[in-house]
Amino acid sequence: MATQSPVTAVLDKTQASQPPRLFLATLHEWVTTVDHKKIGLMYIGYALFFLVVAGFEAILMRIQLAIPNNTFVSPQAFNRLFTMHGTTMVFFVGMPILFGFGNYLVPLMIGARDMAFPRLNAFSFWVSAFGGSLLYFSYLGGDGLYGAGSAPDVGWFAYAPLTARVFSPGHSTDYWTLAVLLSGIGNIGTALNIVATTICMRCPGMKLNRMPLLVWLYLVTSMMVFVAVSPLTAAQIMLLLDRYLGSHFFDTQAGGSAVLWMHFFWIFGHPEVYILVLPAFAFANEIIPVFSRKAIFGYPAMVAASVGIGFISLSVWAHHMFTVGMGAGANTFFTLSTMVIAVPTGIKIFNWLATLWGGKIRYTVAMMFSVGFLFQFLIAGLTGIMLSASPFDWQLGNSYFVVAHFHYVLVGAILFMIFAAFYYWYPKMTGHMLDEKLGKWHFWLFLIGFHLTFDFMHIPGILGMPRRIYTYEADRGWMLLNMITSSGAFFQAIATLLFVYNMVWSYFKGPIAGADPWDAWTLEWSTVSPPPAYNFATIPTVESRRPLWDLKHPEDPDTRYE
Amino acid sequence: MIPDASGTLLSLALLQLHLGWSLLRLDPLDGVKSGTSIFAPAGTPAHTIFGLSMLVLSICAAIFVIVGGLLLFVLIRFRQHPSDQNSEREPAQIYGSTQIELSWTVIPIIIVVMLFLATTRVIFSTQHARRPVESLDVTVIGHQFWWEYRYPKLGIVTANELHIPVSNPATPTPTYLTMSSADTDHSFWVPRLAGKTDLIPNRVNTMWIDPEQAGLYLGQCAQYCGTQHAKMLLRVYADSPADFAAWVEHQKQPASQNPQAAEGQAVFQHNACISCHTVAGTVATGKFGPDLTHVGSRDTIASGAVPNTPANLRTFVDNPGHFKPGILMPPMHLNDHDLDAVTAYLVTLK
Repeated sequence: MATQSPVTAVLDKTQASQPPRLFLATLHEWVTTVDHKKIGLMYIGYALFFLVVAGFEAILMRIQLAIPNNTFVSPQAFNRLFTMHGTTMVFFVGMPILFGFGNYLVPLMIGARDMAFPRLNAFSFWVSAFGGSLLYFSYLGGDGLYGAGSAPDVGWFAYAPLTARVFSPGHSTDYWTLAVLLSGIGNIGTALNIVATTICMRCPGMKLNRMPLLVWLYLVTSMMVFVAVSPLTAAQIMLLLDRYLGSHFFDTQAGGSAVLWMHFFWIFGHPEVYILVLPAFAFANEIIPVFSRKAIFGYPAMVAASVGIGFISLSVWAHHMFTVGMGAGANTFFTLSTMVIAVPTGIKIFNWLATLWGGKIRYTVAMMFSVGFLFQFLIAGLTGIMLSASPFDWQLGNSYFVVAHFHYVLVGAILFMIFAAFYYWYPKMTGHMLDEKLGKWHFWLFLIGFHLTFDFMHIPGILGMPRRIYTYEADRGWMLLNMITSSGAFFQAIATLLFVYNMVWSYFKGPIAGADPWDAWTLEWSTVSPPPAYNFATIPTVESRRPLWDLKHPEDPDTRYE
Repeated sequence: MIPDASGTLLSLALLQLHLGWSLLRLDPLDGVKSGTSIFAPAGTPAHTIFGLSMLVLSICAAIFVIVGGLLLFVLIRFRQHPSDQNSEREPAQIYGSTQIELSWTVIPIIIVVMLFLATTRVIFSTQHARRPVESLDVTVIGHQFWWEYRYPKLGIVTANELHIPVSNPATPTPTYLTMSSADTDHSFWVPRLAGKTDLIPNRVNTMWIDPEQAGLYLGQCAQYCGTQHAKMLLRVYADSPADFAAWVEHQKQPASQNPQAAEGQAVFQHNACISCHTVAGTVATGKFGPDLTHVGSRDTIASGAVPNTPANLRTFVDNPGHFKPGILMPPMHLNDHDLDAVTAYLVTLK
């Protein structure tokens, strides 16, 4: 541990012991809170709940697909499972967990006392959470009165015209539409809040080019949410108009356009991937430097690459539509724009490599997950380049190769970095360390499970196995690969449960963390763990990108790079 | 004992390499056995795509080896030594280097441009290929959950089993597919012949295939289209020119009239069957379901779900959902006698 820094010395010490509170009082406090940290934790809590639910859905699907011609679930139940799994993972796990961390960390890292609009912040959370509840209520109330098992079965992408009333009678599609609509409203509110907070609430001395990279990336992400989620919200409203007020945007039986829906959906859907992955990069930008004891290599390039990804990602949506017959010209354009994304992404990977180079790498669990992320993101990027070549996509689009590719992004990269973020910031959030030994078990089990599942999933795609099929013929040679894939899913499930157990156990029994357990450099580590409602006893002033480094190393201050 | 992080990453990298290697040299014979491998191309578009895929795969594999190797080296070489655990010495802080960063911006740009040019050639050679005079037109219409094939110039309508002539390089006779959908989105994917093309309502797409060897090519619908998306299987029969001509002649005949099946025909015509099915030359002219004029000569029923045997036909007519839950054909509620009669009739529709 480095020398006691002056910033930690002025910490507020008063919040240590409070009288035990009654359950109702605590509940009331959480329901009415506008504190960005409590809201962040609630986001994370509900996302974790849905992570377990959606993971359970994945397990059911993998049991069904383990052997050919299985009858473990019915075709319709399977279609509901993949619809709910996808929708939940994107809208009720990925977005809330990342916005949860953003909510918690952004004000702390820029030395602010709260978000710019605390009440909007609470509103956004409750709207999103209500969306999630509505989606799962559809299992009870989709078709008819509490008809059991009636969740939507139109896929998370809900392509027209399958969502038209003639092909999707009943209300399950409406539950899907409203759930996604509400989560979109919440996301736009939170994004607005993060942008306003970052622009207006930075502490003295924190110029834009001194902001932690995490804050930069959340700024870019939030801007992307405006541009990407708004069309989705518009599309949901148009779909509702189609279903209830007789318009025909997507109703092909009345002359509407199925391709219009695809454009609307993917103009959201593709940037969405980057909306999810940029926060994962953000975590890596904080964790990798601290555990290699080096400043991030090429800060301006990292910012430029992120902004570049933000812009380019808005021009690649139609690579999801290489097979809809757009013509050679459009296919060529979207091949190019998609391949170009490899350049800023490559810059990021190389800069992380350069950050590690010459460092003193400490393999804490947070760092192990980050290393796994680097590896898996490399693979995800390379299969992404393959798929961007549209002829390759004509063969492998909508096959299990694509499923493997995007799970490398969403699980191998994003979920791994989310786990890393938990091991890194849990001590700040709760005041207790997560158990490192359990964490290592979690890491290794999850790593093995992940690769068993998703490495081997590439090959059935190449052997012609399409996705979203509830069963397959025995003569296709896909069985062994599917067995391996399914067995890996169980490893991942056990590892995730171990992680949840670790969080609960450590909350009560974990060693006390102290303000700065990792010897880190950004402002959130200058206040006590967990931080008090007002974050800082006095608003800090900064003179460089790593204020705590300056305090700990007066002989080699960070200010010299400027 | 939990293994050391950096050490075991090595095994992870080896696993990836092994997988990449086995991808690159996936045995094409395996593909032939499974019948649906994109690495066992049997037609021009599939061959062209296979060539591009190999190029892209090789470049990506090379990048993986180089960058992954570098990553492994760094992670092992610069790990904190146990002896160093308590030392407060921090490594030298390096904030960046414009030259180095430029190099790893420019090199990827060059690679991307190369890949892009190679890809563009394939896109245009496939989508803008010149159409030979000797080509066959087939209209493909996707339905929940079966395929309708119309040969407009030959006057043939059939379902689920597509017959086309083989094509050889000297005298290419490719088949041009004009594709649309009657209900939801579908996608036509026979991996050994070509990449997939979607069938979308209110829209007409085209693609071409030219199998170089006679035989059966399998595939299936690749766009989620509803409950029974999984069993919307594709069977493409590539026939020798003589076989194809014979098949065409046979298909042009009206349905066979077999006096022994007259009772079954009566049952068929006095039930709802004729609202949906056509049997050419009879009063059955429904368009909603597959054309049954020559159903007896097909190898499978229910879009490839089960072999075309009298027992399967009987079960299918009795309760179509038995083989394909979610199928749009309702159970016919016929008594055993009528079921037997209809089955006997359908079998005679060779």
